[in-house]
Amino acid sequence: MTVIEARGLRKAFGTTIALDGVNLHVEEGRILGLIGPNGAGKSTALNAILGLTQYQGELKVLGRDPWTERDRLMRDVCFIADVAVLPRWIRVSQALDYVAGVHPRFNRAKAEGFLAKTTIPRASKVRELSKGMVTQLHLALVMAIDAKLLVLDEPTLGLDILYRKQFYDSLLNDYYDRTRTIVVTTHQVEDVQHVLTDLMFINRGRIVLDCSMEEFESRYLEVMVHPERVAAARALKPIHERQGLGRSILLFDLMLGHVDRQQLATLGEVRTPGIADLFVAVMGNEAPATQGATR
Amino acid sequence: MNTQLNTMPESPLDSQAIAPAAMSATRPLYWAIRREFWENRSIYIAPLAVAGVILLGFSLSTIAGIWEKALRLDPTNREAIASPYDMAAGLLMATLILVSVFYCLDALYGERRDRSILFWKSLPVSDLTTVLAKASIPLLVLPLLTFVITVATQLIMLLVSTAVLAASGQHASTLWTQLSFLQMSLLLLYHLLTSHALWPAPVYCWLLLVSGWARRAPLLWAAIPVLAIGGVEKIVFHTSYVAGTIGSHFIGAAPAAVTAETDMIPTGPMTHITPDIFLGSPGLWIGLAVAAIFLAAAVRLRRYQGPI
Repeated sequence: MTVIEARGLRKAFGTTIALDGVNLHVEEGRILGLIGPNGAGKSTALNAILGLTQYQGELKVLGRDPWTERDRLMRDVCFIADVAVLPRWIRVSQALDYVAGVHPRFNRAKAEGFLAKTTIPRASKVRELSKGMVTQLHLALVMAIDAKLLVLDEPTLGLDILYRKQFYDSLLNDYYDRTRTIVVTTHQVEDVQHVLTDLMFINRGRIVLDCSMEEFESRYLEVMVHPERVAAARALKPIHERQGLGRSILLFDLMLGHVDRQQLATLGEVRTPGIADLFVAVMGNEAPATQGATR
Repeated sequence: MNTQLNTMPESPLDSQAIAPAAMSATRPLYWAIRREFWENRSIYIAPLAVAGVILLGFSLSTIAGIWEKALRLDPTNREAIASPYDMAAGLLMATLILVSVFYCLDALYGERRDRSILFWKSLPVSDLTTVLAKASIPLLVLPLLTFVITVATQLIMLLVSTAVLAASGQHASTLWTQLSFLQMSLLLLYHLLTSHALWPAPVYCWLLLVSGWARRAPLLWAAIPVLAIGGVEKIVFHTSYVAGTIGSHFIGAAPAAVTAETDMIPTGPMTHITPDIFLGSPGLWIGLAVAAIFLAAAVRLRRYQGPI
């Protein structure tokens, strides 16, 4: 089943183009990471999917038009916009009462179960909780909703590494069941590398990379090149080069056809690159071209 | 998706499809109103605090009357007996107006300022339900709450007076017949619903609209157009029709709701209610139409507005 289907999604704020003809196709059961620099259009894309903003082009989420059917859609879609949106005056118990009151698919016992694993006092107000606790509370509320699509926009912004790890662990262990779909944007890409099933890079309102994690692993390879082979390696047209631990680390895109895995193995130590390194490579190659155009 | 998977989720899906239908349309509205009480506790704390102060003051002065002759209750003097009751009602009405104004100005502004609008919009509650819930606070909930609190306050005042009269050996029955408590309460309810709910509806809906639109200082944005139009009218036409009309809607003086002969107190016994004239006055219906337009605009605006 297709969860999100977008064709030629466009959105402009005045003269700034936030989305420039984005095509999206997300199947049921995928965990998609939408990665991009600040102002790339990630949040605008998510807002369009959630019915929070108008757009041009075609967009269907679970077969519905999000802009005209937001309230109906929200029975099947959940989102955490970022850590600070729970109202500061609400009590933990009131938040549970309210969501239970308005959401037909909220399982209160489940939410209570998640909260029992935390140290969040039931009577306290959100303003009295730490940033990490607020995220735990929000996640407990959202995970107790039997939704088809969960959208997370920078869900772990400003959290320490323990909370971030815990966040994705509970998401995978207690929520994700292969029929649910998750779309997440984050700058902390190393946190999600082993969580995602699909990866998408967005820059200046355009999708610049769209692949599954299997494709990612078979397509991109990183080589720590032996110092004496560097010149030979550079001749094979790596898409990016950086220095690390006194070695040159070259990133290759096997799809370009300049090189294959066996060849790379002769140059040095071969491994799967981090999403962050590929991101830097792809964005680095993008930026000069566009900058050149504006000059 | 294979057939096994196809049949597996069907049964929970079916039961879920029934659940939203069984969940009546009024349920989100009920919870949306309830959450307003959580967020804006001044809705009930302010009138209760004022009622407490009134009761304290009244009790002290009444009890002091046992010893001080000048303060002694005279059950045969209706005006002297009734005036504290009218004053209590008046104070609670003034509280009602103040609470309503500040509530309206923050209702659709606060949720955008603290970004919690993103949380509210992540739940299956429509913008229409949210705005209607917020509008119902000044238009229905607060007038009814003020009625209940006022009647309770006056009843306690009456009991205090009765006790003090009995203690000082006077007849309390005269007091009860003079005050005609039931009639006073019914008149109060009528006055609250006409002059504090229906009549000022366009003012409250305007404040709600501005609170949904302004990026800062909603009070200023609500007042400036009124002052500007009133000022221009005064300078150009030397009249103050607009200011007068808005002013009369604002303080809840519905001109056609009653005809008072001697006293202007809406709950006084000489007041004749004239619902036929009130309901037939074009001022009411134009006001309600304007209120409906403001509300529709506020609903539409909330769809487009994100956090500020």
